[in-house]
Amino acid sequence: MISVVALIVLLPFAAAVAGLLGSRWPRGGSRTEENDRAAARRAAWFAIAPVTASSLLTLWLAVWSARALPRGSASYTGSEFWAGLLPGSTEGTLTVVDTGSVPISVTLRADGLSILIGVLVVVVALAVQVYSVGYMRDDPRYASYSAFISLFTSAMLLVVYAGDLIVLYAGWEIMGLCSYLLIGHWWEDRANSRAAVKAFLVTRLGDVGFLFGIFSLGMAAGSFRIDAVLSADIPRGTLITATMLLLAGVAGKSAQVPLQTWLPDAMAGPTPISALIHAATMVAAGIFIVARLYPAFLGAQPTLDVLGVVAAVGMLGAALAALAQNDLKRVLAYSTISQLAYMAGGLAAGSDKAAIFHLLTHGAFKALLFLGAGAVIHHVGSNLMSHMGGLRTSIPFTFAGMTIGFAALMGLPPASGFFSKDAVIAAIEHSHSPAQPFLYGAALLTVGVTGAYAMRAWLRTFFGPSRVEALPEPPPGTAHVFDGREAPRSMLWPIGVLAVPALLLGFAGVSEVDWGSALVSLIVALLGAGVVYTFWRGAPHQDPARMLGPFRTACERAFYVDEAYRAVFARPILRLAHGVVRADRQVVDGAVRGSGRLTMGLSGVVRLAQNGNAQLYVTGLLAGLLLITVAAVVLG
Amino acid sequence: MHIVYPVVVSALLFSIGVYGVLARRNAILVLMSVELMLNAVNLNLVAFDVWLRDRLHGGQVLTLFVIVIAAAEIGLGLAIVLAVYRNRRSIDVDRLRDLAEGGSPEVSQQSEASPDRAAVGEDADREARS
Amino acid sequence: MTAETPGFWPPSGPEVVFLLLGVVVLGSALLVVTTRQLVHAALWLVVCFGALAGSYLVLTAEFVAWVQVLIYVGAVVVLLLFGIMLTRAPIGRSADLDSGNRWAAVLVALATAGVLVSVVVAGFGTAYAPLDPGQGAAKPLGSSIFKTWVLPFEALSVLLLAALIGAIVLSRTDIRGRE
Repeated sequence: MISVVALIVLLPFAAAVAGLLGSRWPRGGSRTEENDRAAARRAAWFAIAPVTASSLLTLWLAVWSARALPRGSASYTGSEFWAGLLPGSTEGTLTVVDTGSVPISVTLRADGLSILIGVLVVVVALAVQVYSVGYMRDDPRYASYSAFISLFTSAMLLVVYAGDLIVLYAGWEIMGLCSYLLIGHWWEDRANSRAAVKAFLVTRLGDVGFLFGIFSLGMAAGSFRIDAVLSADIPRGTLITATMLLLAGVAGKSAQVPLQTWLPDAMAGPTPISALIHAATMVAAGIFIVARLYPAFLGAQPTLDVLGVVAAVGMLGAALAALAQNDLKRVLAYSTISQLAYMAGGLAAGSDKAAIFHLLTHGAFKALLFLGAGAVIHHVGSNLMSHMGGLRTSIPFTFAGMTIGFAALMGLPPASGFFSKDAVIAAIEHSHSPAQPFLYGAALLTVGVTGAYAMRAWLRTFFGPSRVEALPEPPPGTAHVFDGREAPRSMLWPIGVLAVPALLLGFAGVSEVDWGSALVSLIVALLGAGVVYTFWRGAPHQDPARMLGPFRTACERAFYVDEAYRAVFARPILRLAHGVVRADRQVVDGAVRGSGRLTMGLSGVVRLAQNGNAQLYVTGLLAGLLLITVAAVVLG
Repeated sequence: MHIVYPVVVSALLFSIGVYGVLARRNAILVLMSVELMLNAVNLNLVAFDVWLRDRLHGGQVLTLFVIVIAAAEIGLGLAIVLAVYRNRRSIDVDRLRDLAEGGSPEVSQQSEASPDRAAVGEDADREARS
Repeated sequence: MTAETPGFWPPSGPEVVFLLLGVVVLGSALLVVTTRQLVHAALWLVVCFGALAGSYLVLTAEFVAWVQVLIYVGAVVVLLLFGIMLTRAPIGRSADLDSGNRWAAVLVALATAGVLVSVVVAGFGTAYAPLDPGQGAAKPLGSSIFKTWVLPFEALSVLLLAALIGAIVLSRTDIRGRE
């Protein structure tokens, strides 16, 4: 059974290798148009077929797991919620790497949690690969793009199915690398590559903490295997330190406060990438890690409290920032931060079930929203909502898909977001954490703001007067081509497919709805949406964000966090770096060059004796001979 | 005869020869000083031959050999001096700086003057033939 | 190495003659290395070599003395004079016969003299050899050369031949090295 898991992980990896190396081979590198098209076609096959196979295998694994009998004694997950849903679990070790201290076991494991997330990953990845065929149709680097997506899929699956923390970390870092590569896909634009570097550096900052967290857990438990770590008896202090360090990595990957700043900038990448990596899967990896190691986190209540505060600040701040953005993708990016903070809040409140539930539904509806946004952008040729409006008639299919997505985002029944968000809020409401009142207040407020910004984005995009302008012809190779029609079919299919779980997935949790808190949050969300609608009705031409008044600029700039970081970290570090460079040039290099110059000078002095005058040489010779004679007589 | 007399005289003569080699500028004078040093050695050899009463007369025979070698040396030395004079128009040993590393002012000066020197050498050749 | 070694004072007759000749040798040698006229230097060299020949005579090395006169005074000095003539050295006083190395040369020469004199005085201060006329006559020397030293003598003849050829090659301008 474990070989199936290995196959699921390795198939996309093979696809990546094939896509990178094989899409042009053996016809060579002559870049005629025909060759390019053939290469793109082949790369599309390389990209889609293995992910499809992986998806089928994953579904089969899920079915197998659901029908398996619980093996309570064999698995630590016996008491977890997913054990009831998908009780089967399997684990296999390829080899154990002896490091001299704590061994690394190259282990894969599949249990309920990893299968749930694995399904999400392969479904979204498949949808995005299909979607990309249309979206990136004329891109000259489509082959590498799709190969990187395959590599990313493989890495994410490795994270999900890893049975050892070091293996997990390997996948974790490869994901970061792919994220960097894909954000910078259109690197010709300087801003894109800067955004890629920013994302890479910020997540790397968190990963340092993450790595040390893994080390301290592994050292304390004497093994990196997740089973062993979770069943080991680790002292509470060590546990708190380790989970706090892990939290840094989680904050970096999942774009939580204070490392959230990279995610909005990451929207510089192609929209499918935003859907796959920066909304549905990679940013969810942080939440997944916490859920995976949840027993350890439960043993460290201070860490959960910190997580709760971080989540509360993040969800409200990001939602307010989303309310003021003009760029549709940035709205969705801030919304992603906010929704991830919901999941973190659910975890902090002690309910990993609610968090994972929301993760799944969010993955579905946010990917749907991003793909829809991509279709809109494809249609309009601009990211900015001030260039959109009144699109519901020209692209009705996209409109329907995105309406479902926005409804799920707002938490309107019967869309999936209603159930999952309710589960999270109910969990927060009933938790006993010291951060609970703060968290609960922030969560409720955020529900209202979420309703507001979702409503605003929906209205600004699809209603009101059409503001589509005739844009200048974009350079070839970018996807921003205005053609005035609905997107190609390969882009619409994924939207349609993703709309189904975005709409219906919530009913999986219908039996556990806390109707009281659900009603409250529904009312708050409708309140927020209603306010925006009122403002919009008043002046359909104008941005409803004006209701924020003087507060609007602050929201638009995400409360100046970037500026603050630049002032507090970037500039002093740059100044320090300049100082170091200067010191290196003048002190270190100066010393080296100075010693060289000194030697040359001294040798010049010595060279004065070597003037070619043979008489002088003989004089020196005789004088030396005499000195030696005298010395031999006197000393000998 | 106290041996110390000829030996001291020879030592002093050798020192004078050393001074001449080191201080004289003209190559012929340097050769003369070399001759002085050789003669100091000869005096030494003769004196010790007398003192030791060598039945094989090693000292005096060696003196004769040295005289012969000195004659050969002076012949070759003068030939070299003449060759240098033909090429350089000068036999001042402290102005022959070809041993110095390239780039020293004397050498560059000489290399600048090299066409002239070649012409001078031709002249000297013609004169030598005529 | 006789048992009765006479003292330094009073000097014997040959010693007086030798010392006088030694003064002439050293004086003329000094003039050779200090004179300001090239030709004079060669001529003082003649005086020096002649006085040395006299010294050899006093030391009973008569054959060496005649060879000295023949070869040095007769051949070498004449050769040097030819050299002076061929290099067109100025006749008369010339101011720049000494190089700038002079004071270093004085120092080194004095040091050499000091070291050598102190060594020989310390080593042979009391050595005495009675002079025995006829020791260095042509007959014993000749038999010695052609009996005991005949092999080095022959080798020397080859050396002389080589020097002769070398001097010719160096002097003739129509023989050039391979370009």
